[in-house]
This record gives sequence, C-alpha cells and structure tokens, in this order.
Amino acid sequence: MPSSDVIVIGGGPNGLAAATRLAQSGRRVTLVEAQPQVGGGAATTEFHTGYRTSALAHILQGPDARVASAMKLDAHGLRLSTPLTTAVPGIDPLTMQGTFGKVSGLAATDLAAWSELQERLTRFARLLAPMRQMTPPRPAAKAGNDLWNLGKLGLSLRSMGKVEFRELLRMLLINVADVLEDDLTDDRLMGLLAFDATLGAWAGPRSPNSLIVYLNRIAAGETLTLPMGGMGSVAAAMRKAAEAAGVTVLTGSPVDRIDMAADIVIGVTLANGENFAAGAVLSAICPRRTLETLVGPRYLDTGFIRRARAIKSRGGAAKLHLALTGAPHFPAADLTWRIVLAPSVNAVENAFNPVKYGEVPDAPVMEITFPTAHDPSLAPSGHHVLSAVVQFAPHAPKDRDAARAQMLQNTLNVLETAAPGLRPLIAHAEILMPYDIEDRFGMSGGSWHHGDLAVEQMLFLRPFAGVSQYNTPIPGLWLGGAGSHPGGGISGAAGWNAATQLLQGAKP
Amino acid sequence: MTCDALIIGAGHNGLVTACYLARAGMKVTVAEKNDWIGGAAVSRELYPGFTYSNCSYVCSLFRPEIMRDLELPRYGLQILPYEGGVVFMENGDYLGMFRDHDANRREFARHSPRDAEAYDRYSRDIMRHCRFIRPLLMRTPPDPSSFKPRDLSELAYLGRKAMELSEVQISDMIRFWTMSISDFLDGYFESPVIKAYLAVSAIIGTALGPMSPGSAYVLLHHYMGDVDGNVGAWGFARGGMGAITQALKASLEASGGTIKAGHGVEKVLVRNGRAVGVELDNGETLHATRVISNMDVRRTFLKHVAADELPSDFVRQVKRFKTRGSSGKLNIALDAAPKFTALPEGAPNLRGDLHFTDTVERMERAYDDWKSGHFTRDPFQDVMIPTMIDPTMTPPGKHFMSCFVQYAPPRIEGRDWTDADRDAFGQACVNQINRFAPGFKDLILHMEVRTPRELEAEVGLTEGNIFQGELTFDQLLFNRPVPGYAQYRSPIKALWMCGSSTHPGGGVMGAPGRNAAAEILRDARMGIDMSDAYAVL
Repeated sequence: MPSSDVIVIGGGPNGLAAATRLAQSGRRVTLVEAQPQVGGGAATTEFHTGYRTSALAHILQGPDARVASAMKLDAHGLRLSTPLTTAVPGIDPLTMQGTFGKVSGLAATDLAAWSELQERLTRFARLLAPMRQMTPPRPAAKAGNDLWNLGKLGLSLRSMGKVEFRELLRMLLINVADVLEDDLTDDRLMGLLAFDATLGAWAGPRSPNSLIVYLNRIAAGETLTLPMGGMGSVAAAMRKAAEAAGVTVLTGSPVDRIDMAADIVIGVTLANGENFAAGAVLSAICPRRTLETLVGPRYLDTGFIRRARAIKSRGGAAKLHLALTGAPHFPAADLTWRIVLAPSVNAVENAFNPVKYGEVPDAPVMEITFPTAHDPSLAPSGHHVLSAVVQFAPHAPKDRDAARAQMLQNTLNVLETAAPGLRPLIAHAEILMPYDIEDRFGMSGGSWHHGDLAVEQMLFLRPFAGVSQYNTPIPGLWLGGAGSHPGGGISGAAGWNAATQLLQGAKP
Repeated sequence: MTCDALIIGAGHNGLVTACYLARAGMKVTVAEKNDWIGGAAVSRELYPGFTYSNCSYVCSLFRPEIMRDLELPRYGLQILPYEGGVVFMENGDYLGMFRDHDANRREFARHSPRDAEAYDRYSRDIMRHCRFIRPLLMRTPPDPSSFKPRDLSELAYLGRKAMELSEVQISDMIRFWTMSISDFLDGYFESPVIKAYLAVSAIIGTALGPMSPGSAYVLLHHYMGDVDGNVGAWGFARGGMGAITQALKASLEASGGTIKAGHGVEKVLVRNGRAVGVELDNGETLHATRVISNMDVRRTFLKHVAADELPSDFVRQVKRFKTRGSSGKLNIALDAAPKFTALPEGAPNLRGDLHFTDTVERMERAYDDWKSGHFTRDPFQDVMIPTMIDPTMTPPGKHFMSCFVQYAPPRIEGRDWTDADRDAFGQACVNQINRFAPGFKDLILHMEVRTPRELEAEVGLTEGNIFQGELTFDQLLFNRPVPGYAQYRSPIKALWMCGSSTHPGGGVMGAPGRNAAAEILRDARMGIDMSDAYAVL
C-alpha cells in the first residue's frame, strides 16, 4: 500500500498551497484530486469551440504573498496582465484603480468625502490584513492561541488613536450602504462600492455586517490582474511548484472515504478501491462534505455533526461566458478594464432581494472582463470572450432550468442596454448558476467560499466552533480549504495556514 | 427659581429618572409638551368609554427592580400576565401558542414532531443567551477606548463573565448576536409557521427583516423581560399602558417632584458650555442645575440645542444616528369580540397575540416593500385584544383592539405620508383581519390609524422609530447613541440623556432612565438605594 506522511484531498489553490508547504518542510505528501486536472475553481475551459476562458474565478486578487513567494509562481510560468482598472461605463464614466484605490471622474464635493472614507477604510483593512495570515484565536482556555501576534494586532488597533478606534468599533458590524450614504452622493461610485462589498457574499449592501466582509476583501490584496491563459495557468504553475517540492499529484482520483482505526486517521480509500496510508489527512474540500461524507457521523458526536450541518453555504453569484465574433462597444470603456454594471446601491440591493426567495432578479448587477483583450490566444483572431460574475443568482430555485434560462435572458438584457449591439455578436452563451457550480466544482451551494463568508462564520466561527484552528477532534484530520479561515478566492491562504498548524502539530 | 433637575419629556424613561432623582432628594421638574403625559406609554380615550393603549401595547421588559424601587404597585400599577397567541394560516389551519411549555410542545408536534423536540433545545439556548445579557441592561456601558480605571474594570468584568462560558457557548452567543433570525431558526425548526411565529420578536420595531443579519439579537431584546419572575412572559398593564406612566407620576409626586404639561421645550439654555435650564414654547424660562433629555438624541441635539454649542464631530455622529421608523399602529374600538373562523369563540389563544403571517418569507417581502419606500399590502400585524382579560378599558361586552403593523416607511418614495396613504394603509390591515374573521369590519366603532408621521408629530419619536434609534450593533452598547457618549453624558456639561436612544435601548423597559439616574447621582455624589440588578436573575 503506498504510504506518505500527509494526504491532501483536493487540488484547488488551497490544497496545492498546503501540499507544497508540507513538502517544502520535508513531509512526504500525496495530493489526490477527483478531476482529471488540478485547480478546482481555478481552471481554464474551452466553453465553445475555439473560445477559452477562466471556468469560474476570473480575476486574481492576491494571491497570498507567502504562497506566491514560496511557490515561485512566476518561475513556474505564471504570467499576469497589467493591473486592472475598474470602470463604471456610461456617458460620464468613473474609473477606479485596484480593489479600492484612486477614483477619477468624481465631482469635487464627493472627491473630498471619498478621500476621507477611502483613507479610513484602507487603514482598517490594512490593520486587519495580518489576521488573514494568522490561525484564528479560539475563545477557549487551552487553545493554542498565537498570543504574540494577537497582542501585536491589539496594540496596532489601540495605537491608531481614540477617535479611529471608536470608529472601527462602530463600523465593525455596520451595513455598507449606511457607510456610503452617510458620506457620498455619487450613485456610480456608491453602486460600484456596494457591488464590490457584496461580491461573492449572500447579502445585499443593506444587510448588517456587510462592511466587515468588504474590509476582508480589500485586505486580500490591492491589485487585480488576469492570468494569461486563464485561471488554469495559476493552477498549472502551482502544480509545477508542488511537484518541484516533491508532492505526488494524483488526478482523476476521487476519495471515497477517510480511513480510521481506533478513531485515528490512517489514510484514505479512493473510489476505485485503492488504499493510501498516511499519518495525517488534510482536506481542502468542503468541510461539511469532508466530515459528513468522507468521515461519517459514526466517528463524530451529535453536537459536532449538528454544527457541521448548520454551516450556511449559499452561493449568490452566477458565471457568464459569451463567445463574441467581434469587439463590443461599452461607451467610454476599454475592453482591458474590469467593467462593473451596478448603477446604484438600490440596484445592488434589488438584485439581491429575489434570491432570498429562490427567484431571479429582473436586473442583475455584474463584473465583466474580456480576457481576450489581454491574451488574444483565448479566441480566434479578432474574436472576444466576455467573462462576467453576475449577481445575484438563487442557489436553490424551484425550477433550475427555468431559473437558468431566465437569468441568462435578464443578464443579456442588462448587457445589451449597457453595450448596444452586443447581442448580434454572441456566437455562444453559457451561464453557470450556483447549483451548476456545485455540480461542476463540488462547492456546496455553489459558494466559492465553501460556506457563506459572513460574520457568524468568520475567524473562530469558521467553519464552526472548535475546528477553526484547522485541526479537528479526530487526530490526524485537518481542514485547510476555503471553508476555513480566511475563506476562498485564488489565494491559497487557508491551505498555507492549515499546513503551518499541521507542522506545528497543534493538538485539538 | 431653579430646580436641581429638569427633565424634558414625561415618557416612561424621563419619569423613571425623575423618580429616582426626587427620591435622592433633588428638586425635580418634568416638562412635557403634550397636555397629557406618558410619551409612548400612554392610555387615551379617543372614543367615548374606550381607553386605548395608543402606542406601546404590551408589557414585559419593564424592569421589576424599578417597579420595586419606585413602589409602582402601591401607586396603582398592576400587570396582568396573558397567555396564548395564535398564527392564522393561509390554509385555514392555525398554530396556537400557550404559556405552558409542554402545551406548546404538543401544539408544535401537531405541525412537526421534529420541531417539538427542537423546541426544548431552542428554549434552553435562548434562556442561556438571555441570562448572559440581562445583567448588562442595568449597567452603564464601558468605553472600550478609555483607559480610566472604571472602564477597564467594567471591561474586565464582562470578559470574566464571558470566560465563564464554554467555547461552544461563546461561539453560539456571538453567532446569535450577529446572524439573522431566519438562519438561526433554520438551525432548529422545519415548520414554516413555527418559524414565522418565533421570528416575530426579532422584527418588531426594527427596520430589519427576518433575513437581515443582526435580527436575532432583536429577538433577545424582546425576550429579556419578565412578568412576576417568568422570563420571556408578557402582560398587559391594567387600564392600558398609560397605567405605567400614571403610577410613575404618582410615585414622583409623592417624592415631591412636579410635572409641567402643555408646553414643549423650545431650546436648552447653555452658558459657558454648561446647561442652565430650558426655554419653553410659550417663552417661559425654567432654570435648572442640570437638564436631562428624554427625547431621542437627534431631536435633542439637532433641534433643541444650538449647533455652535456642540463639537462638529458630535453633530456629525448624531446626524448619522439611524432612526428609521418601520411600524404603524391601528387602535380600534369594537362593538363585540371578533369571531375567527379557525378558532372557537372563547379559545384561550385569543387572549394573546394574533398573527396572520404564516411564513418568514412573507415578513421578509413586507420588509422589501419598506426598503423601496412603500407600505406593504400584505402587512405583518401583531394584534392584541387586551379587553379579553382587562375589562376596565371598555364598556361591558365591547372590546379594544391594538394592531401593531410592519412595515411602514417614514416617508413614501421620498415624500411625506398623505391622509389618503394613511387610510389605504389602515384599510390593508383591516382587510387582512377580515379575511380570517369575516364580519370584523362591521364591528368597528372607531379606528385610529397611526403611521410614522403621526408617531413623530404626536409622541416626538423622530421618523416614528419606536426605539428612538435602530437596535443594530453600530448603535448598541458603547456605540449607543454615539461612540464616546454612551454613558448618558453629552458634550455639554450638565446636559444628560435618559431616553431609549441610550443604552440599552427601546421598549417600555425603564432601564435607560434608571441607568441615567445612577450616573447623575454618582456625578452629584448623592447616594440612593437601588435594587441590585442581579437579585432577580
């Protein structure tokens, strides 16, 4: 029976990052991936003959600095576009640099208010950013809390001054719409910020607690880029890095169960019946699937299983791919930009309202990129690919096919209004609803984060109480996917953090 | 002539503060703009022979320590616990509620045996959350940005309280404070009507929907009260909610305090950064060593204090304070008890709260209407017929019905309410009741319809917000009403706050009034016996 020190389940960015970190520290690591190729949500797909695009995630924010430097992704062939400018198109366009940077196209009064707000929120985000690279503290006496770094963080919070500290406490659980409407008046800017704040969340801008989710996004990285060749080239570079570190990567190898002996992990059994022995298993797939399906309730107590089942995992975003026979025209916008269609705070809120009831919004809001404007090899010469994240989409509608068709229609209507003449250019259209994302990528509810990224599922509550430090009550079983702190995105941070904890041998 | 303390507004919190200060020996005057007193805890006769609880309509949160300290039962206050409640369902069935846990369990089992099991776990968990948070109500919130010994020791105290809990309990508590009631209930129950019934307390009075994060905390806010030591129980004040403020008035007068009703305060007089009295709307000036405002924070500082007396940062924060009204109220004089198709006449459930919204989704859709600036055509109503157990409010055989309605926006699509809007709003509510009690409309002798416009104009609640400010975390504890001013003081010396805009917030609770009095007396170095907030735990 093949044996290794650690088996990593799942070859997405977190699994690859964790495997590399472990192998670089001298562990013998085997990574098993169900699909024929690694990447998970970081994949490139040919969705129509001759047209390729990022299959799910399409913009790179980050990745985690530790992951990028230890895995030398550029040396392994990863090429990135120039940093993206974001634009709200129209007769009177507005542009923004990076995730939360310089804005142009604002009137003088709003410009002053924006500078103040941007400075404050950026400061908060930068203060909180180190949290992303830490193991979350646990409110338990014997938890292995990183007191040194927590102390440093506390000190940096207190040293920003009384007024700012009070503002942080006031804004910690506030909704993003109130923050915007208190200070700004420009609908284009507020719509853009409201959209960015709720991107990938199951919440509208008027939902309390939405600002902290936004701060977390800003903290994830300040530039946005597109990977040349689509997101699959990130996964390809990560795989090369993992293999260079000595990881054995097995694709097309779905895991059937995690093997136990005397309540201790001893390895995994693949769907084809093959056994792999290992002293530890680090799962980078959904925590709920790991615990409920791969381990099974017989090894876990009822309270624990109930908390695992209570993880809320609701994807609210759909992914749209259009094969275009020519270049569409968005007024005053360049195809190399990230184009956001979210005309106001209320437009974002109204797009969220119906998904609460499993319905499709009349006018969805969206983020559009043209990967072909950066990398023409993705489509036939002169042709383009439009890749968009469209919000919000119901994760559990009554009729999946009808909801998908309706979503596509409503999305194309919004696009046609923003870029008249786009519709006749469409050679092929594909829209992935959250349930399609679940079916194709295994993310429960179609949530990129393997569980809602919301305050009640953050830090020591992620994925749920007691397992936030990546270890579980089962000796040798570790969780290191997007379901763990700090959540999803193409960053690898959760996997890296989990591997670090495993290496330190923290006990439950 | 100068009094020691002048209180603006004879609502229940203002009167509670006044009573404590008068008992400590201060010379106290309460100035009230209306000809009657009570604020939103008021009984009025708007139709001959019928007493209405015009605004607030049930009692639970009013702190028993205060009742005892101020001897309110002696001055005529009697709380009649009620039991029961019912949700009428669209399919003709109903969900009945009982005061007895096991009776509830049996009724739950009729809708879902699994939910009946879960109800035990739910009740236990809710009680634990209540027990943790209740002592905090009667304590002045610490300022986390301060290094003063008092603030540090209070923070340390809270930290110790939290560490008495297990990791799972702390986690559950933080989840409970931050999540939506809909998500929270999904963790226990499967029956839509059971979830709809239990979600009610999480939305009453707030501008949140049951699917808004943070709404579960509001449920706690409504569950913290007790009647005769029964935590979570509710009751009617005999003679209407005005009985509470009338008893407070009698208690105040017995301690030598006075109430001047009929003229509102025009402005707070400030000399050299210190409040020295008020000027009334008839031009009269009242001098006082300290002024205490029972009005909400926006009304107090944006309308009745000169802006140049206040730091601009403070004014900016006050302007940011959210007081979005979300509710309306119908007060109805009935010729006879309405007959509901689903329940037999005299069913005990009719003595409690009557609801007509049988899914959380319908409540949330009503909230969506509110967000877009409309009152909803499918309102959520919390209907009570207090005369089922308190016959003193109407002539024999007749009834008074109170309908609390959500959601009603402070403004309609950005414009003010008109009388026509108000009537249409009232009609939508009456029609809903009539669907479940045919012939109900014909029993109506008189009806008062109150939208946020009426609540603001008469009671002085800015935008008609019944809690004098939303109960979201950015406006709770040390953030309430604004950061740095959560200890009942204001930037102006000798100008204090004691209304529901301050910690711990709204509801006919009296806790803000009592906490403010404790701070004022502490500042004046005057002692008074106050019941220990922990004695009742």
